[in-house]
Amino acid sequence: MQKQKTKFEDLLISVKLGFFLAFRQIRRSNKTTTALIIFIMTLTFLNLVVVRGVLVGLIQGVVDVQKEIYFGDLFISVPNKKDFIENSPNIIEIVKNLPWTESYTARYTYGGKIEGTYKEKVNYTDKANEAGATIAGINPEMEDKVSHLSSKVVEGSYLTSDDADSVLIGAYLLKKYLEIESSAFQTLENVDVGSKVRLTIKGNTKEFTVKGVLKTKVDEIDLRVVMLDSTLRNMIGRTDYNVNEIAIITKPGTDPLVVKEALLRSGVGTTAKVQTFDEGMPKFVKDMKNTFALLGNIVGSIGLVVASITIFIVIFVNAITRRKFIGILKGIGISSRAIEIAYVFQSLFYATLGIGIGLLILYGFLVPFVEAHPIKFPFSDGILVAEVSATAWRVVLLALATLIAGYVPARIVVKKNTLDSILGR
Amino acid sequence: MKEIISVKNLTKSFKTGDSELVVLNNMSFEIEEGDFFSITGRSGSGKSTLLYQLGLLDHPNSGDIIIDDVNVTSLSKEGRTKFRLKKLGYVFQDYALVPELTAIENTVIPLLMQGLPKIEAYAKAEWALKKIGMEERLHNLPNQLSGGEQQRVSIARAIAHDPKIIFADEPTANLDTETADKVMKTFLELNSQGQTIIMVTHEPEYARLTKRVIKIGDGKILTDGKSEDIISI
Repeated sequence: MQKQKTKFEDLLISVKLGFFLAFRQIRRSNKTTTALIIFIMTLTFLNLVVVRGVLVGLIQGVVDVQKEIYFGDLFISVPNKKDFIENSPNIIEIVKNLPWTESYTARYTYGGKIEGTYKEKVNYTDKANEAGATIAGINPEMEDKVSHLSSKVVEGSYLTSDDADSVLIGAYLLKKYLEIESSAFQTLENVDVGSKVRLTIKGNTKEFTVKGVLKTKVDEIDLRVVMLDSTLRNMIGRTDYNVNEIAIITKPGTDPLVVKEALLRSGVGTTAKVQTFDEGMPKFVKDMKNTFALLGNIVGSIGLVVASITIFIVIFVNAITRRKFIGILKGIGISSRAIEIAYVFQSLFYATLGIGIGLLILYGFLVPFVEAHPIKFPFSDGILVAEVSATAWRVVLLALATLIAGYVPARIVVKKNTLDSILGR
Repeated sequence: MKEIISVKNLTKSFKTGDSELVVLNNMSFEIEEGDFFSITGRSGSGKSTLLYQLGLLDHPNSGDIIIDDVNVTSLSKEGRTKFRLKKLGYVFQDYALVPELTAIENTVIPLLMQGLPKIEAYAKAEWALKKIGMEERLHNLPNQLSGGEQQRVSIARAIAHDPKIIFADEPTANLDTETADKVMKTFLELNSQGQTIIMVTHEPEYARLTKRVIKIGDGKILTDGKSEDIISI
């Protein structure tokens, strides 16, 4: 018992002396070199966190915009082998009366055809400027509360309840936004805000004026033509008010699964498919997210190895050039452990400052900046994903790697024969 | 006087390629407490090697070294380090001060390693530096001190923890005559206060100042006696 206490006291003395030596060595070392090492540590930390954060953020951007623009927190859709959600008015009533519902929107969707510049067609045999599209009927006010669709109008303006003869066109239906040459997929040429377009749904054709262009980076929306729900109902002769999609936004803090359970208990499940956002997210998006996270981790791991090697080299060079003094210290009775601890403290100093500065840059600048100015990718507005828990894990990982990278070279040098070190042989 | 070091049949050899070079060959002698003992000899005679064996910086091939009633040749590596810290002090030819530490910080290290409270350790370090006349340069870094001053700090570090024996390896070799004289004066003062000192030197004028001299060569003690007798030979 007594012996153990003595060992602990020995350790404590070594730690204190190690700190004493490390503190003075850092304080009186070359400031530029120290700054450079800390800079490398900062870059390594950012590499570890930011590269993964951007890669994951790209897909997270896709996920977020899908949820925001299209899906909501819960999505009620048409079950297989059905054309619409039967008994929609009752379901909408249930949704409206749920205590967790913040807002909701019901959409009619039908396959149709849109044709532009048909008045300029000279010959009957000329190829039509047309494209297949999903035609959606919405209540503009309710839709905007759920999806903020008005903010995604990049040309022209959003629909109002008076726009019975106007439509919004998804950007991917226009050649100027999606230049693609394919016989299977056609886009409209020379169609702009104010142009007349002809829509054909279920054999009924009607002329509309293009009021605006939607660009959401969600394929489902950007390949749609959006009009008032009342207009669409009239066109297709729908009098039962049965819709095809209901997107629900829940109040903050609500567990979507609880809402789903409540909907299913109310019998919604018998005529419609109810999904939370996580359930409804396409599998390829989930796979992409995991793949990008893995890629980020691989790149980060390489960064971690590079940082470890850097610290190893720095400490090794430092220790090897000071081998004589290490020998002297051992010669006058300083324990090897105290000298090793001194180098570990030095490594931790570099790591702590590097990581600290990295965290400041990350949360003080990068995250808010990318949030305010998302990275514009063709398929999403990329954000920087840097969850505190994941970042904390990487901090621990980097600190640990640095600690080992500092200890190992110190141990190698300290282990050398004392007299050989003193005499430099 | 009490015997502080007893060397029995000490042998140290080095392998050089296929052959073996015997530097210390079955050497035996004793040193008394309070002695000022110098080891002399030609370059390559093995005087420093002998000092390293006595100072526990190296391990002999065979033989025993008993210091203060402890057979140090049987101590473990850790045991030797602790023994050095507790009972021995060192003064090296090139001062061997840690460049990032001030005079007092260099001196205080062994005391902190002994586990002395910080205030007490610094007080003892200051006392040691005052004792060798360095009280004005406590907070100077080694590169702000002259060679002589650095060597005196080195001596202060060696005496601060009140060791039984001080080992000095050519302590005057890198110093000019005037500074070397001062360093020797410091050693003589310490010895007059009862400090046992073992010094390697190739300079007869400084060996003459010690109480006892052994001259070694070919791995053996060639002469052993009072300094005035040996040096005059």
